[in-house]
Amino acid sequence: MIINIRVSDFNLWYGENHALKDINMEIEKNKVTAIIGPSGCGKSTFIRSLNRMNDLVPSCITKGDIFFDGMNIYEKDLDVYVIRKRVGMVFQKPNPFPMSVYDNISYGPRIHGEKNKKKLDKIVEYTLKSAALWDEVNDRLDDPALGLSGGQQQRLCIARTLTVKPDVILFDEPCSALDPISTSKIEDLIRELKERYTIVIVTHNMQQAARISDYTAFFLLGEIIEFGSTLQIFENPNDKRTEDYITGKFG
Amino acid sequence: MRANFKNIKEKLIEDLLFIAAISSIVVILFIFIFLMKEGAFAFLENGVFNFIFGTKWRMETGTYGMAPLIIGSLLVTIGAVGFAIVLGIPSAIFLSELAPPRIGNILKPTVELLNSIPSIVYGFIGVVLLLTSLRDTFDMIDGHSFLAGSILLGVMALPTIITISDDAITAVPKDLREGSMALGATRWQTIRRVVLPSAISGIMASILLAIGRVLGETMAIMLVVGCVARFPSPFFNFFQSGDTMTARIASEMGEAARGSLQYHSLFGIGVLLLIIVTVLNVIADLIRVRIQKKVGRG
Repeated sequence: MIINIRVSDFNLWYGENHALKDINMEIEKNKVTAIIGPSGCGKSTFIRSLNRMNDLVPSCITKGDIFFDGMNIYEKDLDVYVIRKRVGMVFQKPNPFPMSVYDNISYGPRIHGEKNKKKLDKIVEYTLKSAALWDEVNDRLDDPALGLSGGQQQRLCIARTLTVKPDVILFDEPCSALDPISTSKIEDLIRELKERYTIVIVTHNMQQAARISDYTAFFLLGEIIEFGSTLQIFENPNDKRTEDYITGKFG
Repeated sequence: MRANFKNIKEKLIEDLLFIAAISSIVVILFIFIFLMKEGAFAFLENGVFNFIFGTKWRMETGTYGMAPLIIGSLLVTIGAVGFAIVLGIPSAIFLSELAPPRIGNILKPTVELLNSIPSIVYGFIGVVLLLTSLRDTFDMIDGHSFLAGSILLGVMALPTIITISDDAITAVPKDLREGSMALGATRWQTIRRVVLPSAISGIMASILLAIGRVLGETMAIMLVVGCVARFPSPFFNFFQSGDTMTARIASEMGEAARGSLQYHSLFGIGVLLLIIVTVLNVIADLIRVRIQKKVGRG
């Protein structure tokens, strides 16, 4: 078992609000780790800590360490852009850029200096195929990405994330804005992607966590209540609060 | 009976709203017809070609050619809007993307305040400070020039460009910035390649509004441009004094005898101004539609 990300005594504050408290967690390579918990429990804040997206919030302060592939991503003089490249992120609402499908996909490689048109073509085709979108869009690469359906837009965003060759992909409730059919396509895709990537997914939907994840962490009020294999968490939770949450007593 | 009364009331409200809605169309039509009626005579009497392209505007001889005024307006507009773009768009980027809230809260109202200063006050400042410093810097006779007009009107157009571009940039959804940053883009790459292209229709709108503002400005420009209807040589000579279309109307209207050729010629300038502004508006709409088509959102 290879550990890809190790979170050690991690704390985070938004101003006065102590949003994450002493988080310790190990995330295994090429597995899907699901984060569940009620709204406001800190699960989105947590995965945004894994690629330092919380840096964009001015009042955010952190304490503790997160090690990715052996390096501490909260080290002072670390190049945060390298971390964000290697730890990609797919957001709650599909957020394609207002440009063509092709330009959306080639955006990542281009900002990292790739100019060769042939190489870009290849990346576009490869990542769209990986995101199971190529067959649907290969004849309209020059059309605006915002003309695609919601589910297609979300797969486009997944393809866009793949272009910069990440090791880890973070999904922040990727299906909450999608219909059931699009949701199941994304779930199939996540199952395929874990062969090559480590996946962390925040979800509101417990069935989804049960369907696609190998490990599940239950967050409540900024703390990890329970973390274990998905089977154990859903069939035989150790903590009363976990049981109450997954059986729908609160949430 | 009751239902009937309700229907009448409903209809009445609808009609009132309709009248309110079309009143602006009526006003603009009225202005157009009025200007045409008073200005048409100038085109007939001077000859369309001579009136628009004639290089001399002299009331002493009764020669009215608008070319020096048109080129004057053009030079001042290009200079002023160029100045406002170069200074205004970076300010808008700073305000919306980089300024800490404390600085933004001071800067933004200050910029808006610039907009409410009466243009004659700008004219004073122009005469006292701008003309003398231009005179001393460039060794000019008295500083009156297209350059002075460009700088002064550029400052006046700044708030339009800054506030509208700032709003357009701020309105770009946070998701897009995050999407870019999450790919490892730097802040500047994100601004340049995602945020600005997403805000481009708003930025273009701010520029076109600034053009409209500069083109229509009269009082301030009258005080610094020199008010001589002379064709600049070479035609892009910003250091010469000259005149603009609006300033010419304002300076001669008081003394023009009603019904004279001079009077009608001044209205003729107004007709041309209105046509130019209308064309600009149509272009603005076309650009907006094109951009929306390209990025696929309204």
